[in-house]
Amino acid sequence: MDSRSSELAGGQLGGGQLLSPAPPRASLPLADSITDALKIVIVGGFGVGKTTMVRAVSEIRPLSTEETMTGAGIGIDDTGGVREKNTTTVAFDFGRITLNERMVLYLFGAPGQERFWFLWDRLFAGTLGAVVLVDTRRVADSWYAIDRLEHHGMPFIVARNNFGEPEHTLPQLRDALSLSDDIPLVDCDARQRSSSKSVLISLVNHLYTLSTAQETSP
Amino acid sequence: MIREAIDGENPDRLYTVTAGRSRADENAFDLVTLIVSESEPAPGMQSELAAILRMCRTPTALVEIASELRLPVSVVKILLCDLHDTGRVSARHPSSAAVKTPLPRPEILKQVLVGLKKL
Repeated sequence: MDSRSSELAGGQLGGGQLLSPAPPRASLPLADSITDALKIVIVGGFGVGKTTMVRAVSEIRPLSTEETMTGAGIGIDDTGGVREKNTTTVAFDFGRITLNERMVLYLFGAPGQERFWFLWDRLFAGTLGAVVLVDTRRVADSWYAIDRLEHHGMPFIVARNNFGEPEHTLPQLRDALSLSDDIPLVDCDARQRSSSKSVLISLVNHLYTLSTAQETSP
Repeated sequence: MIREAIDGENPDRLYTVTAGRSRADENAFDLVTLIVSESEPAPGMQSELAAILRMCRTPTALVEIASELRLPVSVVKILLCDLHDTGRVSARHPSSAAVKTPLPRPEILKQVLVGLKKL
């Protein structure tokens, strides 16, 4: 399915139906033995394929939900153009992967736009790491996300969602993103389960390297 | 995205669901705190609370409850505070929420890797 249309559909499902009867649960219940839930966030611009990637690896069909930022929060954060509004809402998709009998991993597809970052700490504190999903036609969209992740001290890798003939090589893309050499940059096809899975494995390998380096450093 | 949709929603309804409260303890629940019912819905209970108790017969993450009830995450936090304070649900907090270091422990990451490779 085209990632853009699927994200549109997800957005339309999300709001405006507060308090309507809950639809039958499409999701598989978690096992009783699960005690610990982990988070990974996939950040990217509109239509880049975040929901597609979540769908490719999730054991449930991607769900969507939303968080609101109230007037009080807006007073504190510089939200620029939305200042006159009382609340602003950020929608995000998620799916999950049961890792073992004790652990479950939640994958969040989050919009990279400006207002989203005001909610980062509230929603995504304790996240293992992030994947920045890049659309080659709109590379500049990713600059802001990369900047914000660095600002939040959140480890991440960059994945190019590439399902055509690549216009540029990965080193060229790394250059365009001003990405330092120690941050992994990989190609993927978000529609493919195996490809999306290997993006997640690249991220966790990167986190593992960082984490062991931290433990062994004096 | 869906901003227009929720902006068109009657705010009185959210006000009613939370009985007028606008804030939960922000740190009480994470998006992925797993909620487990400790009691059955009581007759006459507010429908959202009853729905949560039914849904959480198996462990259910806060974010899944929000999605299912089509309510904003912060509203669900307020409802869960109520249920938790009165012992009607228990909470399994994510181990990562307690860790203040920016990086997860290697042993956790190893288990994540093993789980992902099985996909």
